[in-house]
Amino acid sequence: MSKITTAAEALSHIKDGDTVMVGGFLQGGSPEYILDAMVENTARHLTIVNNDMGTPNTNMVRVLENGRADKLICTYIGQNRTAQVMYNENPESIELNPQGTLVERIRCGGYGIPAFYTPTGIGTLIAEGKEIREFDGKEYLLEPALRGNVGIVRASVVDEFGNCYMKGSTKNYNAIIPQACDYCVVEAEELVPIGSIDPELITVSGIFIDAIVVVPKEA
Amino acid sequence: MDNKNFIAKRVAMMLHDGDVVNLGIGLPTLVANHIPEGISVTVHAENGVIGAGSHAEEHNTDVNIFDAGGMYITTAPGASVIHSADSFGIIRGGHINATILGALQVDEKGNLANWTVPGKKVTGMGGAMDLVASAKLVICAMEHTAKGNPKILKRCTFPLTGAGVVDLIVTEMGVIRVTDDGLLLEEIADGYTVEQVQAATEAELKIAPDLKVIKFED
Repeated sequence: MSKITTAAEALSHIKDGDTVMVGGFLQGGSPEYILDAMVENTARHLTIVNNDMGTPNTNMVRVLENGRADKLICTYIGQNRTAQVMYNENPESIELNPQGTLVERIRCGGYGIPAFYTPTGIGTLIAEGKEIREFDGKEYLLEPALRGNVGIVRASVVDEFGNCYMKGSTKNYNAIIPQACDYCVVEAEELVPIGSIDPELITVSGIFIDAIVVVPKEA
Repeated sequence: MDNKNFIAKRVAMMLHDGDVVNLGIGLPTLVANHIPEGISVTVHAENGVIGAGSHAEEHNTDVNIFDAGGMYITTAPGASVIHSADSFGIIRGGHINATILGALQVDEKGNLANWTVPGKKVTGMGGAMDLVASAKLVICAMEHTAKGNPKILKRCTFPLTGAGVVDLIVTEMGVIRVTDDGLLLEEIADGYTVEQVQAATEAELKIAPDLKVIKFED
């Protein structure tokens, strides 16, 4: 069964009301090719999980402009003007998480841990309404795991099984989201035959990848 | 030497050979330019680089290597690259020796506010809350006042980034340590009087009996 497909077909797996996790850190490693297709081509009332909602020139701005999302779960919205508008209209539509908390929530979502205790956010607004427990005399917050219906990530090299090699700092959330989503599509800068990537160098196993979209060379 | 480089130089002198340090955006990044000779530190960028180098030039830009501000950077010899869950595991696990960051407000309890101002554009805390909660040493490197208004307060009024997290405050006026008894002025910059530093500080300063004067030759 080939995993290779188009952005439109992969995006058809997103249903109204779904939680969609998107990899990338600012512009770095952002799946811009699939996000471009997502502007016109997906369901609505989404919850989008992404570190920072991109930069002024990235496609997340256009996805939000087109009203795809009702809620954002992220750590930063400083460079996304549409996220700013969403916040001003309804602050509850933006759930800001500390970065280490957000990525650990996703990691736990992928690895069978329902919640975890973290020292981050004790004594701040983040702690409001959350369980606090003391271990060895220090306070920790209970934070729940997070899973997505659909994940969208980017990789430098992908083989036809879906094994991903993610270069440098493009690993960011791209290496964590596939495990935490029911269906995950990767956009591949380069597609190679199975067996072409040294197993030692694989960042994400193809067992977590359901679909592969090859980025055209000019994109 | 301008105020920002003065502050960065004094902070850089606090680092130890072998330290892993995280530098916040803005003034703290200048610390990397002032690391004393014979001291080698590893700069951690929380988006996933251990051993961040300088900002990349056009000829050596690799679009796959960037820092937490999204700037393309080089890697230092011995660098490694990791994903965000590992990067924040390193932070929470206490493997960062020092985090150096700016502040909007800091108070006599060591509370820090640096991520949002009520009524202003909301951006987000990014990785700052994790860094201040778990680094072994938290240094606020900042100008002493904002447009003449004190930033070192009795109690922060903006939403906190962390409660009781700050160890040291370094400004163009001196070095202040956060202690259980309040703020202790340990060092004063050449050219300032204790009265001037206190006048620019809302919180009450205790003065170290062995108050040192900071004076750089260049």
